[in-house]
Amino acid sequence: MDHHPDSAPGRPEAPEVAWARRLLAGDPSAFTPFVESFQARIFQYTWLMCGQREDAEEVAQETLMRVFESFDQLRDPAQVKAWVFRIAKNYCLMKRRKSVFAPARELSLDELHPDHDGDGFTLQVADEGERPDAAVLRGELGERLETALRALPDTYRSVVLLRDVEELSTAETASILDISEDNVKQRLHRGRLALRRELAGYLEAVP
Amino acid sequence: MKPHDPECMDIFARLSEYLDGELSPEECAHFEKHIEGCAPCVEFVNSLKKSIQAAHGFHSPAAPEHVAPEAESRLKEAWAAALARRRES
Repeated sequence: MDHHPDSAPGRPEAPEVAWARRLLAGDPSAFTPFVESFQARIFQYTWLMCGQREDAEEVAQETLMRVFESFDQLRDPAQVKAWVFRIAKNYCLMKRRKSVFAPARELSLDELHPDHDGDGFTLQVADEGERPDAAVLRGELGERLETALRALPDTYRSVVLLRDVEELSTAETASILDISEDNVKQRLHRGRLALRRELAGYLEAVP
Repeated sequence: MKPHDPECMDIFARLSEYLDGELSPEECAHFEKHIEGCAPCVEFVNSLKKSIQAAHGFHSPAAPEHVAPEAESRLKEAWAAALARRRES
């Protein structure tokens, strides 16, 4: 059972699905929004997975070229996002194989528990006296989130990026990464817990 | 979220499944009954929800907004060729 928002019945069609339908029908007005949307998404995914701007730009270009070269093979426009990200993931992996890998690191539930290292369950800003106002905290949340995403071990980061940033379903993420749905759920939960811990303080400013 | 309370620990371990609607109705009801009476769990659940929400809306400022004209032309050619193959098949 998966009640992820994208898979919920009755929800309006995602923009990229509508663009894909129109592109399959030959509608040129869907071309630019489709390309710009996916270029930004693929760049962001690769940028956060590889860490190199040049690699992210190349992967976005290579992925989009591959997508359009094989656009006649897109059978179900509803699956376009997962299809594009499967291609992007493969190009991203090729880039990463050319670079030095950090050894895989596991996050245990114990180390992520709020009481680990005396963290406490309450989100805290270090010093109340130096606490910035809510608007500043909200503005900094994006930067802090990007830093926290980069700090996640690869196996967790790839799942969090696909499930929570791109809002793909558990099944789609499992298919893209060639891992089981149980593995997606486990990595997602630990990745989320790690992000929550890193964002401590900044989340208080979010209503 | 009390470190030695088994119910709190169960929620800690399965909170994402709860938030993603992946628990059975019975498990969901059991979770909610506990959370209603546990202030630390309420706070933890809310903070994790906010963290997930922040990820949903994340857009890297480094991401390009527009496509270079030359790249766009090449992509359009590839798209046109794919559509032609689709019509022929």
